[in-house]
Amino acid sequence: MSRRIHPAVVPAQPFQLTARETFDGPIFETEEGRHRLKAALSRYPTKQAALLPMLGFVQSVKGWIEPADMVEVAEALDLTPAYVHSIATFYTMYNKHPVGRHFVQVCTNISCHLNRAEEVLHRFLAETGTREGEVSEDGEFTVIEAECLGACGFATVVQVNDRYLEDVTPERVPEIVAKLRGARDGATAGGPEAGGGA
Amino acid sequence: MSFPHGSDLETTTRLSRHQGEADARTLDGWRARGGYEALRRSLDMSPAEITDVVKDSGLRGRGGAGFPTGLKWSFMPKDDGKPHYLCCNADESEPGAFKDREVIRWTPHLLIEGCLIASRAIGAEHAYIYVRGEFFEETQVLNAAVVEAYDNGLAGDGILGSSWSCDVTIHAGAGAYIAGEETGLMNSLMGNRAEPWAKPPFPAQAGAFGMPTTVNNVETLAAVPMILENGADWYRQWGSEQSPGTKLWSCSGHLARPGNYEFALGLPLSDIIFEACGGTPSGKPVKAVIPGGSSTAFLNGDELDCATTYEGLAEAGSALGTASPIVMDEDTDIVAAMRRIAQFYAHESCGQCVQCREGTSWVVRILQRIEAGEGRPSDIDTLYELCEQMTGRTICVLADSVVFPLQSSLDKFRADYEALMKPSLVAAG
Ligand SMILES: Cc1cc2nc3c(=O)[nH]c(=O)nc-3n(C[C@H](O)[C@H](O)[C@H](O)COP(=O)(O)O)c2cc1C
Ligand code: SF4
Ligand code: FES
Repeated sequence: MSRRIHPAVVPAQPFQLTARETFDGPIFETEEGRHRLKAALSRYPTKQAALLPMLGFVQSVKGWIEPADMVEVAEALDLTPAYVHSIATFYTMYNKHPVGRHFVQVCTNISCHLNRAEEVLHRFLAETGTREGEVSEDGEFTVIEAECLGACGFATVVQVNDRYLEDVTPERVPEIVAKLRGARDGATAGGPEAGGGA
Repeated sequence: MSFPHGSDLETTTRLSRHQGEADARTLDGWRARGGYEALRRSLDMSPAEITDVVKDSGLRGRGGAGFPTGLKWSFMPKDDGKPHYLCCNADESEPGAFKDREVIRWTPHLLIEGCLIASRAIGAEHAYIYVRGEFFEETQVLNAAVVEAYDNGLAGDGILGSSWSCDVTIHAGAGAYIAGEETGLMNSLMGNRAEPWAKPPFPAQAGAFGMPTTVNNVETLAAVPMILENGADWYRQWGSEQSPGTKLWSCSGHLARPGNYEFALGLPLSDIIFEACGGTPSGKPVKAVIPGGSSTAFLNGDELDCATTYEGLAEAGSALGTASPIVMDEDTDIVAAMRRIAQFYAHESCGQCVQCREGTSWVVRILQRIEAGEGRPSDIDTLYELCEQMTGRTICVLADSVVFPLQSSLDKFRADYEALMKPSLVAAG
């Protein structure tokens, strides 16, 4: 079956990675890149509105966005590289530096804070042997503190790449880290556990 | 933890009644539940008629401000020849709130149907659904539903065989709380930083892409199909004159059964916390509740008998907000909780207004100092002063959002702050 991407949904493809490709050369000269750009442009009355979708696309392919990519996106959308840079730095989900294969974001906002989120965060740092924000030596993990992930009834909420882990306690962290370490291709340790998800 | 929860308290699941049923996500499953019948009906109605039904129902915006939805729609110009847009606000990032996520991931077609009916009422040719970037799986579920809608003549050209056309596009955010503020959202949609703009111009005059635009929350739009199908009086059988209908409640914090529930508006807040959510897991008394998400004022453990309506919570000195009670038990360190809340707003301030940018970070620094035992008695006065300077002087209400919990926590839990003050400094005055 050929992979069909409906024009209506292209702009919003999830962009935090699960599998990462090495990607060399101009992104918008690949077939996928051309297609994504064209599809995104067809959904908005201005070219500039395709900026977030295209930055998201770059990150979905590479895992992060480097200055050269910003130049490419700028050219594709008739914007200046400086403008694209100002956008990429405004939004926190764009990784301006490479991150580990498992990007772990622990919500420590109020509802999670009330449910031992700081302990969960420290446990993740200890188990992965990293300091906040750094890539572990084996390239497997980056752990950061996150703001509210919009799932506060399932505290503590932890996002690993594009999945949410819910009801995470400090005691569960070693098992989660071990599972992730063994997982191939950045697969996460399972989706939402509240009976939902895709 | 399963969803939806059973509850000892009577729930009124209208909007959420198909949450938890996996096949409700598919078009076939949704149609089997009567889906898209309201859209069909709306095609035989004029935009003014649709708007009138929603107006009569008294539906109020569920994004936090509670503005009457039908009235908002009626601000859109008629026959101006310009393209109009609908923006569905699915940015859900108010700490405490997690209700829109459930609507999206369980009943995506309900949201699409609501967007289409609203688009028809306001004459929009394109509905953009702005989903916060972190909601990947929710976005995938919604993506699949939008594709199904297009493939089955429910979106795009000639909807349901009529001459009416409307596009639906999902737009993923990229991590910015301020993109939830309506003008910030439209800026973000246009490929700008999500900075709010000062009104006027109001969205209905010049919103997204400079064109008349209406911004509505997910839950608001999801309530529209049932109102259209059953009528305004049916919706008004629940709630009060000023707060009709049913409402989703996102309950979190120290609760035995946290989660989302749907109730008729007007139950006592204490019933929701104790009967539905089972009180605190430890059985300890409740010390404080922030009833409407982190930007509303603290209530004491003995102020929980108030009615859960817009007016009831306002009378109690707080607000319904996003209907997201955050419950704290007796052992909670209020200063630490307030510091964490303030950190969020300092982090998310877009920086355009001095009072907000500087004020939020000052608040954090002072709270951190108090927490560390280095506080001075004058710090409390300074915090009150900052509250005053941050109220009502900024482009958007993010600055006010930190004032509500901060000022109320100072009023109600002053002893907690004072207990942390450095003894030598207290003696010195
Ligand atoms: C700082 C800030 C953040 C906001 N975040 C959201 C949000 O995440 N979701 C939402 O629906 N409304 C949010 N709002 C409210 C919106 O500005 C707007 O009032 C709402 O989307 C209108 O929809 P409604 O009338 O259906 O409630 C926020 C407002 C402010 C000031
Ligand atoms: S109040 Fe704060 S968030 Fe709102 S526009 Fe001003 S600086 Fe930005
Ligand atoms: S506070 Fe952690 S998900 Fe909302």
